Amino acid sequence: MNKKRPVNLDISTIKLPITAYVSILHRVSGVFLFAGVAFLLWMLDASLDSQEGFNSIRDLGANPICQAILWVVLAALAYHTAMGIRHLIMDFGVGESLKGGKTGAWLALSVAVVLIVLAGVWVW
Amino acid sequence: MVTSVTSFGRSGLYDWLIQRVGGAVMAAYTIFIVVYLVLNPELTFEQWQSLYNQLWMRVFTLVTLLSFISHAWIGLWAVLTDYLTVRLMGSKATFLRIFAQIVLGAVAVTYLVWGVQVIWGIN
Ligand code: HEM
Repeated sequence: MNKKRPVNLDISTIKLPITAYVSILHRVSGVFLFAGVAFLLWMLDASLDSQEGFNSIRDLGANPICQAILWVVLAALAYHTAMGIRHLIMDFGVGESLKGGKTGAWLALSVAVVLIVLAGVWVW
Repeated sequence: MVTSVTSFGRSGLYDWLIQRVGGAVMAAYTIFIVVYLVLNPELTFEQWQSLYNQLWMRVFTLVTLLSFISHAWIGLWAVLTDYLTVRLMGSKATFLRIFAQIVLGAVAVTYLVWGVQVIWGIN
């Protein structure tokens, strides 16, 4: 295979549609979550370890930094999951047209925003 | 058919399916935990521990953990093979990508061992 094939698509000249933004954010949130899960697993570990550990996780709100980390991780999880479910629906062939793709992107984005706000209310 | 030795299921179709099944399992686990915590606002330590002491909960957690690792491996493989490419950065790309995958593998195994310790270490 010729390794120096020409690249004709100069994406910097293209205005991105909503579907492109939700897609790249899905990627970013996925990469972030690979690290973020460490925080969730740490919480599970501490909460199951002892009564003191359980209390410290229950009272996580006493530490604003932990609170903020938890919210960011939950936000990424909510966003990635909402977009992931959109993916699964599209894999079943629903909403694959240009219009359907855009509608779905807005819908999943709205769901994600609501979930992220709810997660914030829950954490604080 | 294009094959790659560093993918997960050794073919794009397997990877595609494993990634989706893993996503669905993780979504189910997330929803389960959220619903459980919302339904039990006065959760006690004993109650929480006894939930994780049940075999089905351990299996559910382990399956989720395995889903997480395979899903993330496949997903991060896709990311790495998109950006750390010979076209974008020359011949050092392959070396960098393999190095990144070794690190990822180490992190993934650490997650697995840690997770198993958490759910089977309950006393
Ligand atoms: C918390 C653990 C998770 C991590 C670390 C994670 C990570 C990733 C990564 C890195 C990708 C690759 C993104 C890309 O290629 O652009 C990905 C893709 C994907 N994720 Fe997740 N994910 C997680 C949870 C979930 C959940 C709960 C769902 C729910 C359905 C999900 C659904 C998907 C789907 C459908 C794709 C495929 C996207 C595509 O083919 O472009 N993921 N994930």
